[in-house]
Amino acid sequence: MKLELGYIDIHGIRFGDRNAVEDGILILNPGPLIEQVLADPHIRQAHLEIANPGESIRITPVKDVIEPRVKVEGPGGIFPGMVSKVDTVGSGRTHILRGMALVTVGRIVGFQEGIIDMTGPGADYTPFSKLHNLVLVMEPADGISPHDYEKAARMAGLQLAVTLGELARDLTPDETEVFKTPRIAETFDAALRGLPRVGYVMMLQSQGLLHDTYVYGVDAKRTLSTIIRPTELMDGAIVSGNCVSACDKNTTYHHLNNPVIRDLLDQHGKTLNFVGMIITNETVYLSDKVRSSDWTAEMAEYLPFDGAIISQEGFGNPDTDLIMNCTKLEKKGIKTVVITDEYAGPDGKSQSLADADALVNAVVSTGNANMPIVLPPMDRVIGTLDYVDTIAGGHDGSLRADGSIEAELQVITGATNELGYNRLSAR
Amino acid sequence: MSQYKVVHYINQFFGQVGSEEMADYPAEKREGPVGPGIAFTMAFGDQAVITATIVCGDSWYNENLDLAKKTVLDMVREEKPDLFIAGPAFNAGRYGVACGSIADAVQTELGIPAVTGMYVENPGADMYREKVYIVATGDNAAGMRRVVPVMAGLGLKLVKRQEIGASIEEGYLPNGVRKNFFDQKRGSLRAIEMLLNKLHDKPFVTEYPMPSYDRVPPGPAIRDLSRASIALVTSGGIVPKGNPDHIESSSATRYGSYHIAGVDDLTSETYETAHGGYDPVYANQDADRIVPVDVLRQFEKEGKIGKLHDWFYSTVGNGTSVASSKRFAMEITEKLLAQGVDAVILTST
Repeated sequence: MKLELGYIDIHGIRFGDRNAVEDGILILNPGPLIEQVLADPHIRQAHLEIANPGESIRITPVKDVIEPRVKVEGPGGIFPGMVSKVDTVGSGRTHILRGMALVTVGRIVGFQEGIIDMTGPGADYTPFSKLHNLVLVMEPADGISPHDYEKAARMAGLQLAVTLGELARDLTPDETEVFKTPRIAETFDAALRGLPRVGYVMMLQSQGLLHDTYVYGVDAKRTLSTIIRPTELMDGAIVSGNCVSACDKNTTYHHLNNPVIRDLLDQHGKTLNFVGMIITNETVYLSDKVRSSDWTAEMAEYLPFDGAIISQEGFGNPDTDLIMNCTKLEKKGIKTVVITDEYAGPDGKSQSLADADALVNAVVSTGNANMPIVLPPMDRVIGTLDYVDTIAGGHDGSLRADGSIEAELQVITGATNELGYNRLSAR
Repeated sequence: MSQYKVVHYINQFFGQVGSEEMADYPAEKREGPVGPGIAFTMAFGDQAVITATIVCGDSWYNENLDLAKKTVLDMVREEKPDLFIAGPAFNAGRYGVACGSIADAVQTELGIPAVTGMYVENPGADMYREKVYIVATGDNAAGMRRVVPVMAGLGLKLVKRQEIGASIEEGYLPNGVRKNFFDQKRGSLRAIEMLLNKLHDKPFVTEYPMPSYDRVPPGPAIRDLSRASIALVTSGGIVPKGNPDHIESSSATRYGSYHIAGVDDLTSETYETAHGGYDPVYANQDADRIVPVDVLRQFEKEGKIGKLHDWFYSTVGNGTSVASSKRFAMEITEKLLAQGVDAVILTST
């Protein structure tokens, strides 16, 4: 499977009377875009705002971050099964508005929504402070259930991102990249002989409201572990259900730009033989955990992998899924490295994971999410500060009178991403 | 510019008194730098000066621990230093233990920051790594030139009360305190490199060594439930509506105790969950799903259990540190014991 990505670099966003990309500037007419969002009766009110890198802006509560893309050639469309019809994506050509993102914001559904600061110490921890962000701020209709509100906000973001992506369809990319994923038979080619057969086990959060992930439109908690071609993710085969704590949720942007996939594809044929990837869920029931991890280990042996990278999503309960996946692969002789973040307490002195096993002897840490951080006040807030005290990582009194915030790193969207998207670590 | 004053502790060998046969040499204070102190003086530049060096035999220190500690502490106290440096001891076991012991004592009893250095397998390392900063050294004195600037730099940071970075940045042995830092490469690349090393049987270092968890054997079964007082304790975050104790949705620092005498049912009007780690909708609809007061009341009426305890205890088990959880458990257990509770149903989510 071969996918060409064409990047159209965006250097700024402004509002105007039409929707277009001109000289790297995204010009948007907000009226019709908002009309599109308000077509869903679950959303009472919506507006758009712009946040650029370095500006004194705090965006919160952040639900999802999405990169606009469009399928130019090849089967299917972006976000298959969610926005586009179900069709296997991951081949042909896709155009991307690079350097920007759509950020969805709105009154809190649960506790998991986060903060993006565009400048200051908080900005160092989130990759999204480096992007030109178009922020969609939504107000839910009165009296709707949390499940309906979450779905409406999720779909509004995905649909608006697809609308924006369409603007890139006929543009000439500033840069292109080609990604090829081999068929299993091809991984036995003579040219790859001698290189270790490496696989990727990607764990998908699927514990319920605000802890969900969708694969081709299917709620991942209703899926069995399966294989997927890495380039399928680049066309939006997996999207975020806006899950877990802000710091270690995989936003849709992360799924589209999965760094493990990119780095493994980059090394394929050089230092390793990237055989393929397995996606597996993280559910709340023991029988599901056992089944999913059994299935993952069986598939890893079947393909087979010599070694695998396992990425977790979330923390606490999914630590058990992580340990099961890792130990079951290791017991089959498949060497593993896991990527996880830590909850070592604000003083860093506590045990970092809720589960452990001596076989889990190669861990990449993406940082201690409990680390206290002080975020100075910003000149402008997009969204509302009403929920700072109650989001995961906040506490009573997190929001101080001067608008500064004292909280745990947990509150920052993408700060301890367990795909290894950032350089943050802990020792 | 005024210079920080430093006292340096070394053993009989580095004090040029003699080797093993002089290990009984009692502590002696000399003016200015001695032996490795010269290298430290260079590393400190004009920022700090070694005013005194304490030379002490390794056997004398370890075999007269109380006397030795007191003697050396008195010598340090007289100098009123800003910083105390011990060693480096490399892989010399008794020297390492002495360095760790006296550095720890200087910090706790005199309130003066201290730094030592030793090889990871030195017995002093495991004894003192969580108490004092121990800079990682090689296993012999050939590494002196590399380690002295690291110890001096860390010492100066301590004196200036500057933020101490992660062990890997500063060069000290991991001390049980996890610290964040920005690595050179992103996590996905580090994972691939680590995996390739593991696959090729090359050395690799995990970024998080697995802890050993204590396993608690379950208590003996209750012989007669019909006489037992049963309490409900949950990490599912059930609280009276409005969360009066402000238990955090994640990383809880507290728990609540809630009176349920006379309560037969937890309703959506009266109780909710504060937990941020699971779908709260069903717990908010009916908190009995997490804290089954309704069923236990029925059991109580039917005589299946003696009594449902008048209080239930609740916290949020979501990213909550093991240390906090241990503390909650100790406190709750003491209260339950004092209140004559025979058994607990622990519900989690």
